[in-house]
Amino acid sequence: MTSSMFVQHFLNALTLGSLYALIAIGYTMVYGILRLINFAHGEIFMLGAYFVFWGVVLLHLPWPVAVLGAILITALTGVLVDRVAYRPLREAPRISALISSIGVSFFLQNLAVVVFSAIPRQVYRPEWLTKVMIVGKVRVLPLTLFVPALSLVLMLGSIYIVYKTKPGLGMRAIAKDIETSRLMGVPVNRIISLTFGLGSALAAASGIMWALRYPQLQPIMGVIPGFKAFIAAVLGGIGSIGGAVVGGVLLGFVEIMLVAFMPELAGFRDAFAFVLLIVILLFRPTGLFGERLEDKV
Amino acid sequence: MNRANATLLNLAAVGCLAVFLWAAGRHLDGYKVQIINLIAVNIILALSLNLIYGFTGLFSLGHAGFMAIGAYVCAMLVLSPAQKEMLFILEPPIWPFSVVQAPFFVAVLLGGLGAAAFGVLIGFPVLRLGGDYLGIATLGFAEIIRVLANNLPRVTNGALGLKGIPAYANLWWNYAWCLLTLYCIVKLVRSNFGNALMAIRDDEVAAKSMGINVFKYKMISFTLGAFFAGVGGALLGNLLTTIDPKMFLFVLTFNVLMIVVTGGLGSLTGTVLAGIVITVLLEWLRFVENPISFGGYEIPGIPGMRMVVFSLVLLMIILFRREGIMGMREFSWKGFLRFFGRGGGAR
Repeated sequence: MTSSMFVQHFLNALTLGSLYALIAIGYTMVYGILRLINFAHGEIFMLGAYFVFWGVVLLHLPWPVAVLGAILITALTGVLVDRVAYRPLREAPRISALISSIGVSFFLQNLAVVVFSAIPRQVYRPEWLTKVMIVGKVRVLPLTLFVPALSLVLMLGSIYIVYKTKPGLGMRAIAKDIETSRLMGVPVNRIISLTFGLGSALAAASGIMWALRYPQLQPIMGVIPGFKAFIAAVLGGIGSIGGAVVGGVLLGFVEIMLVAFMPELAGFRDAFAFVLLIVILLFRPTGLFGERLEDKV
Repeated sequence: MNRANATLLNLAAVGCLAVFLWAAGRHLDGYKVQIINLIAVNIILALSLNLIYGFTGLFSLGHAGFMAIGAYVCAMLVLSPAQKEMLFILEPPIWPFSVVQAPFFVAVLLGGLGAAAFGVLIGFPVLRLGGDYLGIATLGFAEIIRVLANNLPRVTNGALGLKGIPAYANLWWNYAWCLLTLYCIVKLVRSNFGNALMAIRDDEVAAKSMGINVFKYKMISFTLGAFFAGVGGALLGNLLTTIDPKMFLFVLTFNVLMIVVTGGLGSLTGTVLAGIVITVLLEWLRFVENPISFGGYEIPGIPGMRMVVFSLVLLMIILFRREGIMGMREFSWKGFLRFFGRGGGAR
């Protein structure tokens, strides 16, 4: 493998990894607070990409406006999903909310088939992101630099919100103990809505950039990235935002490099993340940075 | 109501079912017969998931994986070596599949056993996990199986799938397996073994402190569930006469989970009822997706609408009637006769 090829693989891995990381943050925040695997998160990711498509093609909005609008609407969708499908089940057994989220996932996926149709759509890509640049011997799309950079900004932003602001303090308090937080005057429902909004906005951003990188929209496009990002969150230690970022980037690197160095394993690429998941759950269920969750007797 | 009477009534019910199947096979068209067949297969699958999840409290999302194993093992055994040679155009099938052929019953049984073997294999690592982690790990297992099916062309013929599987799975076979499954699981959950399972479901720590070997019971329940899921998958493969890796997506598990939740977790009666209702509903909803012509006026079909309605139904049940149709109640002849006795005035 030549060094220029390696650089290319490196950039691809960084792009894929940061996209996983953005989705994984949403999983890890929701799981940290509600102990809920939000199966519908992959569909939120898909909706973000489709909303941009709609904004550009049907409403003829300029691309940046469409992107911002789509992120906002997707965030509201995430909040709405929580209000309708998860909030009534807060006191129910945990698996009920999980089944509910599986239901929401299938609902959104098939609603997308009804509304957007199952035909794959081509995405509009602004030219400044897709004009090939040649640096030395390496051919790069500005996209492969833009995606990790923007992801980094968004990740730092969400880490700032969670660790340095008052609503973030509320999120961390609820993650520790929801009942005590309520007694201490934390507006629990509002903070949970905010968490869903923030997580969904990041998923939307990831979906939009995913559609730039792999320019085809399909209603099922969120399923596999969703699962993999969840695995990334488990890998990093669920509940930890830094862990989700590291897990996402790590998973991106492992997938790309595995296929780059062992092309004969390319067909098994999708299974690899799941094998990794089972191995982590076996040997280190708390992931790389997770805190130990004890069973309460 | 003594035991002998109950047995007689059970036999009478089986007799009625046999008459119904005989009549259905003679008088109904192929499509309706196919739906009746699907009901039996779905009931088998849902009963096995109810054993794992409803009675033992193990939230497993791996059904599609077990079904895939059952379906592939069975199909590879009922196809003749000559047929397999025709099908596997890229690479020949591996030994022993390249030479053996088995009768249908044996093939289904081995399909189930194959799934059960994988159940044991996967059970060791994942059954230590609780709740949602178990769900995601078993889902991962099912996805791994699907990717393997796509990438092991000498075992599964890869993405091309297996075609022309002889359609042995007729009404009689399907309902015989369905009754056998029902009988085994009823006997199981009513025994002391079943009590141990339910104790684990209701409070694992308490069960452990009462001296129940939690892991062993979980393992047996999971393996048995995997066995019947494999049987269901084997029958489904024969019913549809063609299988490929795309068939065993997560949506297949979702449909089975839907039946179990609708019927009521921990109610076998509920599972049987919901198996009938959901299967018929799923078929009926196909009409929504096909164009309907209405006095020269064409209403276009809406693709995807079927699953939209279906997932909404699941959401409604989980939000507003979490116990499903039956809760944890079961059918009994005593309750049945009392119900009708009151209506008829014979007290």
